[in-house]
Amino acid sequence: MDPIIEFKDYTFKYRAQKEPTLYDINLSIYPGEKILIVGQSGSGKSTLAHCINALNPCAWGGESTGTLRVDGDDPASLGVFGMSKKVGTVLQDTDGQFIGLTVAEDIAFALENDAVPQDEMKSKVMGTAEKVRMSDFLSSAPGELSGGQKQRVSLGGVMVDDVKVLLFDEPLANLDPSTGKRTIELIDDIMRDEDVTVVIIEHRLEDVLHRPVDRIILMEGGRIVADQKPDELLASGILPEHGIREPLYLAAMRHAGASVSADDRPSSVADMDISRHADTIREWFLHTDRVVRNKGEKKVLEVRDLCFGYDREKAILSDISFSIHEGEMVSLVGKNGAGKSTLASLICGFYKPDSGSVLLEGSDISPLSIKERGEKIGYVMQSPNQMISKPMIRDEVGLGLLVRGAPEDEINQRVEETLRICGLYPFRNWPVSALSFGQKKRVSIASILVMKPRIMILDEPTAGQDFAHYTEIMEFLKKLRDETGLTMIMITHDMHLMLEYTDHALVLSDGHLLMDDTPARVLTDDDITERAYLKRTSLYDLATSCGIEPPKDFVDRFIEHERMERSKAV
Amino acid sequence: MNRLISYEKKDTFIHGLSGFSKLVFFIIWCIVSAMTFDTRVLVVMLLFGAFIYIASGTKWRQVSSIFKAVMFFMTVNLICIFFFAPYQGCEIYGTRHDLVHLFGNYSITCEQLFYELNVLIKYFTVIPAVFIFLVTTDPSELAASINGVGVPYSISYSVAIALRYIPDIQDEFRRIKNAQEARGIEMSIKAPLVERIKRIASIIFPLLFSTMERIDVVSNAMELRGFGKKKTRTWYSRKKLVAADILVIAGVIVFAFVALFITYCDGNRFYNPFI
Repeated sequence: MDPIIEFKDYTFKYRAQKEPTLYDINLSIYPGEKILIVGQSGSGKSTLAHCINALNPCAWGGESTGTLRVDGDDPASLGVFGMSKKVGTVLQDTDGQFIGLTVAEDIAFALENDAVPQDEMKSKVMGTAEKVRMSDFLSSAPGELSGGQKQRVSLGGVMVDDVKVLLFDEPLANLDPSTGKRTIELIDDIMRDEDVTVVIIEHRLEDVLHRPVDRIILMEGGRIVADQKPDELLASGILPEHGIREPLYLAAMRHAGASVSADDRPSSVADMDISRHADTIREWFLHTDRVVRNKGEKKVLEVRDLCFGYDREKAILSDISFSIHEGEMVSLVGKNGAGKSTLASLICGFYKPDSGSVLLEGSDISPLSIKERGEKIGYVMQSPNQMISKPMIRDEVGLGLLVRGAPEDEINQRVEETLRICGLYPFRNWPVSALSFGQKKRVSIASILVMKPRIMILDEPTAGQDFAHYTEIMEFLKKLRDETGLTMIMITHDMHLMLEYTDHALVLSDGHLLMDDTPARVLTDDDITERAYLKRTSLYDLATSCGIEPPKDFVDRFIEHERMERSKAV
Repeated sequence: MNRLISYEKKDTFIHGLSGFSKLVFFIIWCIVSAMTFDTRVLVVMLLFGAFIYIASGTKWRQVSSIFKAVMFFMTVNLICIFFFAPYQGCEIYGTRHDLVHLFGNYSITCEQLFYELNVLIKYFTVIPAVFIFLVTTDPSELAASINGVGVPYSISYSVAIALRYIPDIQDEFRRIKNAQEARGIEMSIKAPLVERIKRIASIIFPLLFSTMERIDVVSNAMELRGFGKKKTRTWYSRKKLVAADILVIAGVIVFAFVALFITYCDGNRFYNPFI
């Protein structure tokens, strides 16, 4: 069989760059295969994908050497339009790529551009909507859909063209864990029913492996460093050194001293042959001490019977009560639309609750204005680009003090102190534009920290970041907590973050507080994970298959020891 | 979300028409209204406008805010006409009947009042047509209709894109504004005006950057699905023309000819009651 995608000694250099982004790529993908391409940011994985759909070099200029054939043609000469008939690309931004005003129009978009007659178009749209299970929502507007539904529409929008290759560019980045799981299942179902080849670019390896893939391509520095079957690649243990997080159960097995081989089928925790290692893992569990963490005595934030609804009939939040202690790192989790952002907005005072109260260190803060609350409760948005408004780092960080009329000496002194804490002091006189994304994130955090808030709320602090940047941001936040005792609430979809970095989890579902407990308890509870669209941690499955009871203790112990090792390493 | 004029789904004769025929009607209606100064024609148009406003089931709240704004500008316009050309009416109608002397060179004349009355009626013939076109045409169909009357689809589609993404940008604006307010950058009326204008920059720049990122994604997504590939494109939501549409289009064309004939049969576009 001839490959459907074939790179031969392929090198690609962007016009704007001195060095090539891809070097000597040799890769053959055969019809009907499901390929996962992993690699950290800057490894060239997106560039590779954009060479397949001809965005490189047609939309972003560049030059290549060697050959690339997709379904027998050279993408560069067919152009983006020509390739759109062969390769359907699903982007990670589900909102941005929803172009039509309704589901049906969005699915029809490619057909409209191809000037397909209306009757034919309507029947094709119906058929495609059925394939992606969206036929009941044809006249819905994007605002009425969940993230997962929008992604189905995007998938429908490219499948309507009868493409031969489906290319997914980080399909899980914006989805809650359970929706991500279902997306992976849907891809699997479509491959069963249709004659397509699937290429997935994603660094969330464990989530993609929820359904089997044929091969994993590991990229680093513009080169392919591994092209192997999942079992072989996972057994080789080279993923972490290339910036890819191993599945958690695998990390735990290695931690316990098990030497995993490809014969154990490590690519799926459910199908893995654990028999050789169960004893080792049990042994480790029995001989590891439990570490008990003490939480701070003082309650910093108390929320009492909070209710809120945009209109009378439909409450967005009802009867939310919880308290947070000083120095805690809290994760606020739940599916998209469960009310997480609304709860954060109520705490910050952006919205007024219908009833109930928010107490900061024992006193009701409802009379305070947004600005006054902002001095005590800092809010950091998801992307630093949503916050940064000054060209110079020093000015940006000092802005909050400046508008509060603080004297210049004090501003300078506090800005410098904050920049030191955030590791930005060497850059204090730099323009913001010269910084990397992670550094900009720190600037946006510093600009809140400078006001010495009691609590900081972070919206998706690590969204869209690869493992290295994730670790950088999270270790920074942890250090900040350890040094300043700042309390943090993080809105997140990332179960790893929740498990590894937070001590306290608040689980929201349809406007109710479903659970208020430790992350390990939440993520080992089947009922809660299901209702809140979370994903049970694979550590649980590992513990049960090794016969360890209760599995929660195993999770606790492993996480605690991983934390200790990581802080030793940093 | 509050939009100034918003489409509402209803089951009336006017809602059932294709966006194309409504747009054709709207354009021809406005051309006639702009050309004629014949009071008889204008009064007929005014009455018919009121009739279709009622027939379309439009609610006052859908249009009230924009109506008030139009009224304001109309009043300013009428006053300005008087101050810049107080004897325009006399010039047009060729007679002068003074009513009141105001000051200096300014007198109110019957002719001027009659002329400005005509201007006022012209406003009122066009306003319902605009409202009804916008509140009875499904936004999905809008781009198809605009393309249908000969505007290139790349331009008409930008209307649809704007309708699609404006709510997203409004959300983003609100989020950024809230976060900046929490940092102490106040937008409320408490801050002095000059300060407020300066501080708006702290929202505009982040909004601009995140919108730019968005534009990049959207344009790639459109290109990847073949937008701009062909000279023409079809529209999923275009309504087929039915008998009623043909009738409306034919009707408005006949009306235009009759109205313009009546207007111009006496040599100019004004109806003159003063001779």
